[in-house]
Amino acid sequence: MKITVVGCGKIGSTILANLVSEGHDVVVIDNDPAVIEEMTNIYDVMGVCGNGVDCDTLIEAGAEKSDLLIAATGSDEFNMLSCFAANRLGVGHTIAKISNPEYNDKSLGFMQKQLGLSLAVNPELLTAREIYNVLKVPSAAKIETFSGGSFEIVELILKPDSPLDGLTLIELRKKYHASFLVCVVQRDDKIYIPDGNFTLKSGDRIALTATPSEIYKLMKMLGLMQKMAKNVMMLGASKTAFYLSKLLLASGASVKIVELDKGKCEEFCDKLGGISMIHGDGAHQELLLEEGLPSMDAFITLTGSDEENILLSYFASSQNVPKVISKVNRNEFVPIAERLGLDCIVSPRRSVSDVVVRYARALQNSEGSNVETLYKLMDGRAEALEFIVRPDLDLLGKPLKELDLKPGLLVAGISRARKTIIPSGDDVILAGDKVIVIAAGQRLGDLADIVR
Amino acid sequence: MNRRMVFYTTGQIVLIEALMLLLPVIVSLIYRESCTSAFLITIGIALIVGGSLILIFKPTDNVIYAKEGFLTVALAWMSLSAIGALPFFISGEIPSYIDAFFETVSGFTTTGASILTDVESMSHGLLFWRSFTHWVGGMGVLVFVMAVIPNVSDRSIHIMRAEMPGPIIGKLVPKVKDTAKILYLIYIAMTLVQVLLLLFGGMSLFESLIHTFGTAGTGGFSSRADSIASYSPYIQWVITIFMLLFGINFNLYYLLLIKRAKNAFSSTELWVYLTIFTVSTAAITANILPLIGEFSSAFRTAAFQVASIVTTTGYATADFNLWPELSKGILLLLMFIGSCAGSTAGGLKISRVIILFKMLRGEVKRMLHPRSVRVVRFEGKQLEENTLGSVSTYFAIYVICFFAIFLLLCFEPFDMETNFTAAAACFNNVGPGFGAVGPVSSYADYSAFSKFLLSFAMLLGRLEIFPLIIALSPYAWSKK
Repeated sequence: MKITVVGCGKIGSTILANLVSEGHDVVVIDNDPAVIEEMTNIYDVMGVCGNGVDCDTLIEAGAEKSDLLIAATGSDEFNMLSCFAANRLGVGHTIAKISNPEYNDKSLGFMQKQLGLSLAVNPELLTAREIYNVLKVPSAAKIETFSGGSFEIVELILKPDSPLDGLTLIELRKKYHASFLVCVVQRDDKIYIPDGNFTLKSGDRIALTATPSEIYKLMKMLGLMQKMAKNVMMLGASKTAFYLSKLLLASGASVKIVELDKGKCEEFCDKLGGISMIHGDGAHQELLLEEGLPSMDAFITLTGSDEENILLSYFASSQNVPKVISKVNRNEFVPIAERLGLDCIVSPRRSVSDVVVRYARALQNSEGSNVETLYKLMDGRAEALEFIVRPDLDLLGKPLKELDLKPGLLVAGISRARKTIIPSGDDVILAGDKVIVIAAGQRLGDLADIVR
Repeated sequence: MNRRMVFYTTGQIVLIEALMLLLPVIVSLIYRESCTSAFLITIGIALIVGGSLILIFKPTDNVIYAKEGFLTVALAWMSLSAIGALPFFISGEIPSYIDAFFETVSGFTTTGASILTDVESMSHGLLFWRSFTHWVGGMGVLVFVMAVIPNVSDRSIHIMRAEMPGPIIGKLVPKVKDTAKILYLIYIAMTLVQVLLLLFGGMSLFESLIHTFGTAGTGGFSSRADSIASYSPYIQWVITIFMLLFGINFNLYYLLLIKRAKNAFSSTELWVYLTIFTVSTAAITANILPLIGEFSSAFRTAAFQVASIVTTTGYATADFNLWPELSKGILLLLMFIGSCAGSTAGGLKISRVIILFKMLRGEVKRMLHPRSVRVVRFEGKQLEENTLGSVSTYFAIYVICFFAIFLLLCFEPFDMETNFTAAAACFNNVGPGFGAVGPVSSYADYSAFSKFLLSFAMLLGRLEIFPLIIALSPYAWSKK
């Protein structure tokens, strides 16, 4: 598919990297020649240096012939205009990054319609939702919800004293009478799609699918804290912090934000009633301790500096804060942070590129069964996809055990009308179902591709 | 440094060469010639060398940087030439290996300089291979490889940049692989048209192929001792026009294909190129008119020679060695200028010459107005400081290399004109020079050392100096 990406900052370049690895023909537009050179050196893309709103530049980049244009510069207004221009040039689908909270209210729908935007993505809001989901089940490293809330997928890290250590999956099912499925295991940098005889070990990072109520039950049985975090401290009054505070305050949690900039503090106080803003340098450990860091349920670092986020998260972990979440934007830092024992890392770049990749993949396969939801698991090394089953699919009505599935694939959940099924070999896929498939090491665009 | 990737890609290139060697095998089978076995032995050697390179250096990751790009290109071209020379040597038609090497380098680098004193006695298979190297070398062997192998590294732009001539290398479409394919498709289409036109003019299929390969790669190998001189005016005109066409930046053809003719025709380089051709042709026509007598014949001869030299092809329809000094002077100048960037031609490239002149103007202006701000615009875009820097650096190293080669050639017992033009003709990938290396003579009388030196000069010229210099410096290969 031909895709144009306008703006190659942090977000743009991550989207670009993902789209290239999906095999699309990507053209990038940026006004900085150094950025263009860097991108064309690293990725197999064509670069055009210029203004992404200017029609001449868009035409030079061949944007009018592309199937999708993504505007991801730092400026919301620029993104909107660029998408508008592209739309008028005849680009079928446009995605704009719009992160300013002022645009992300009721007016968004209006603007989206007027500008002909197919999708408006807000990296900060996506990240805030991701964090919020985890705070609801703090023992999870990551938690994602599939459409309609019928299924959730949870990533857990097995601690050294975990009751799951040494159990095979069959034993696990017998011991805990909950209906769930361990669908991916990451051990020593390797990804496994486990079968019944797979033995879990402490240190494994596992992903499991189940209904929200089963997950609650399971967590309780495993003795993992499952109460929602009520006292949350954040570092840095960023946009993500704003969206997250809004969500948390609405759910009745108490939120404390440490921020160096006085104006920001005042702005947050003004816009978010009930929030407690602390004006001070979050890098001062004394200040954090004074504000009661050790008694917090959760500590979230959301400053603009990855280094600061990682180091202060590490400090918070050493103060035995039960849940520490750090925002790390640079991919290179994620393994370092993990080595320091920080297991819960969010990245706006990754969240937004997941959404864009899903959109592109759905667009490419608009003929077949559409990708409804796509989540990347285990730092992007496996994917969970949700498909809506079309009636013309070949594999309808056949028991799963008779299907010749490709390796590295797993049907992890079926939701039919109001029923949710954790599939076993005898279950079948029917038209109208929503099916969750886990894929490691390959990219699925269509449900029909799961069989050989 | 990703050394494995460098050797692995070189292995792939050698295997591709083995594949390409099948074509002359077919030709020699058709003509029932004895050189078939020489080709088969070479194919065997290429398979062993390429295969073992691929097996030994199977890369663990395919991340490469600019450095690996340069090294791959340098290494690939050297091994291509070394192996490509074997058929001439094994068959015994060129008894000395250094001569065979010279001939092959001259082929791949599209120079067209020859050590053969009697071309017409060569077997058809070897003649075909000699000319086919022009065709492959013109557009680039690695570009060809990128177009055909399935798994192209994300970063293979570094290889393309190192192999394609010109100051600024851009892609036509987002993917390197697709860009390479488009370039080769345009190249193949133009080649086919020329073959058809030559066949129409009554040339035999074999000769049409030989001369089209020579024109397309802007090489200059012919199957006849007197080059193109004995062919009809129609054929001479066809070759003139196609030499000019192959000297144009291929990106412009792509712009035409995607119906953006306006952008194509607004290229400064194209107009300067055509102007240089027209003015030089006019001047030489006037200059040689008394010598030839008839206007149409003088015009045709002048146009052919100018097109041949400016595109660095090196075909000849007249012995321009006997022409007046003015005409020779113009031709010598054209050798250095060369054609458009992104074409198959050699030389300094017109775009570089234009940029150099614009920089010169800016520099003079700055001497008069020390505070004036200098902006160099080319093809509607402002050029960045580092592009300008690289153009002037290239020019400096180009001049240094040229004079170094010239100086080393002066050990030979030839006159100054011969040595100077031999260096110029090889370094700019033209082929024939003046004096003892004129269009009707050959490089056979040079010593083995000079032949090797000139082979090196041809490679330097074709790969635009830097890849070879980098490959020869020990720093590039150190692990640091």
